[in-house]
Amino acid sequence: MTAIGMEVSGLTVELTTPRGTTRAVDGVSFTAHRGRTLALLGESGCGKSMTAQAIVGLLEPIASVTAGSVQVDGEDLLKVSRKRRRQLAGPTLSIVFQDALTALNPVLKVGTQLAEPYRIHQRMPAKRARAKAIELMRHVGIPEPESRVDSYPHQFSGGMRQRLLIAMAVALSPKVLIADEPTTALDVTVQAQILALLAQLRKEHDMAVVLITHDLAVVAEEADTVAVMYSGRIVETGPVDEVFEDPRHPYTRGLLDSVPVETERGADLSSIPGAPPDLFAIPPGCPYQARCPLVQDVCRAERPALETRAGRAVACHLAEGTAQ
Amino acid sequence: MTDSPLLDVQGISKTFQVPKGPNGNDRLRALDRIDLTLRQGETLGLVGESGCGKSTLARTLMLLERPDQGTVRFGGVDPFALRKSELLRWRRRVQMVFQDPYASLNPRLTAAQIIAEPWHTHRDLFRTSRERAARVRELLHLVGLRPSDADRYPQEFSGGQRQRIGIARALALGPDVVICDEPVSALDLSVQAQVLNLLNELQQALSVSYLFISHDLSVVRHVADRVAVMYLGRIVETGTTDEVFENPRHPYTKALLSAAPTLRRADRERKQKILLKGELPSPLDPPSGCRFRTRCWQATELCANTPPPPTADPTTPGHTAECHHPLDTRVSAAR
Repeated sequence: MTAIGMEVSGLTVELTTPRGTTRAVDGVSFTAHRGRTLALLGESGCGKSMTAQAIVGLLEPIASVTAGSVQVDGEDLLKVSRKRRRQLAGPTLSIVFQDALTALNPVLKVGTQLAEPYRIHQRMPAKRARAKAIELMRHVGIPEPESRVDSYPHQFSGGMRQRLLIAMAVALSPKVLIADEPTTALDVTVQAQILALLAQLRKEHDMAVVLITHDLAVVAEEADTVAVMYSGRIVETGPVDEVFEDPRHPYTRGLLDSVPVETERGADLSSIPGAPPDLFAIPPGCPYQARCPLVQDVCRAERPALETRAGRAVACHLAEGTAQ
Repeated sequence: MTDSPLLDVQGISKTFQVPKGPNGNDRLRALDRIDLTLRQGETLGLVGESGCGKSTLARTLMLLERPDQGTVRFGGVDPFALRKSELLRWRRRVQMVFQDPYASLNPRLTAAQIIAEPWHTHRDLFRTSRERAARVRELLHLVGLRPSDADRYPQEFSGGQRQRIGIARALALGPDVVICDEPVSALDLSVQAQVLNLLNELQQALSVSYLFISHDLSVVRHVADRVAVMYLGRIVETGTTDEVFENPRHPYTKALLSAAPTLRRADRERKQKILLKGELPSPLDPPSGCRFRTRCWQATELCANTPPPPTADPTTPGHTAECHHPLDTRVSAAR
């Protein structure tokens, strides 16, 4: 097994709003290995992005981590001081956001922004940092970096902006890279270019990549391990090929069946009835009970724990019954 | 399905005046001699990336943009040649379902008011408010909502339910054609399937035609009878869905199909990813000759000098690609 990049255990995030307090992330645990990609897969509101925000320490003020730990290199990111966290951001842990236009500073030249990691963490003189920025731009495939280094973010296309953001994230060769829906806003040919770039950089820097996405096909192509999230919890996790080949949780199965493949044109797609539960009214027992075709009395009474059997972990009372 | 097309678009172009681009050009040709047909009860999938002209085409077919040249025939009539009052009556024959069900519904109106809103413009459809209320109930039922949903506001609905309201509104005028502009891309996967199934049921029941615009190729493959692929304002390939997906003739189509991630491992192993080099050229400064040549791996001098004519596949005449060197996947697959 490859070296562990990051170990998240029991991560719990609570949201406090006028409607009350709820757990947006509820006891999430996973291990990301160096040189591998772990996908956090789920639909909107399942808590996948909030998990990322909690790990990198960028939660909104209404959200707070109430339990859990995030171990990277023998340090618990949730326990270290703010100063230490800033030191770790860049050389140890880094993040790529979905929307590159809002993640980049619109009034600074991209060269200035790309040089920042070197200036701040390595106290590199401006001239050398600029040279490093140009090198970085060339490395992520931005044409004519010598002249483009003095451009502003809005002068780049969406795909190029995403490249800039990725360049900045890997500048200091982090051990762990979190990519939060990095290609969702991009066209499909650009998406393919960006995913190929991420895979190349993952190998070069031996990074543990945590890919956050709602796209099953992206997971199938890019990830080694998948953790499926529903209503703030991981409901199934394991090697991507095994999970997609033989899903054990009814939700995972429902998602896979909703993808229009193999079905005849015009034939009905199977869909999951209803919608995920309101975060402020999660029922006792299994959060998926209202939509599950296999629901039993026990599902309404008891919350299923994520139990591991032979490398596969599933949070379902009926997991055995769904395996085929 | 009848043989004469309901909608017949021949050689339409649309140019916009924009701020000057890199080469001092300020004329953006969003549509360049587009040909398109749509039969009754048929679904035409329109694919292409941002900026390729999909939305301008949709707006033109909605009769919101007047093409600079070319003809649009709708049931044999050119709607742009009609007087304004007659044009209004024609408009009801083409309706639209929008991408974002959060932005496209007025938050201050109830579901019933939203669905009935088109009737404020088209006043002659119903005489009494009782008729209107009955029709709203029918439409709600048709799209799978409950009668009690009529008086609820958009924010009380989930994304999928909102899209159902948007679909009911599009059907309120009894259109022949519904333009679906990315109708499921803002929805979660599990809900996408519900909405796609609904669109399919409605087509069976009402025999309505869809122009289905989407960037999601697996969705297009599922819903469309025929597909048109756009690149920089032109339709570069068109054919039946199976033909275009199984045997793409234009290199851009092939690259697009190969770039889309696939769920099934067997499909992944079969196809090789083509990573296009470079970026989409500025539509203000399109390449000479073939517009795709700057990113094409088999471009020759001919491609730079001469725009490629539409070339029909000799074995399947309905399948054409605008390419000097069309691919033949069947031959290369057999090799």
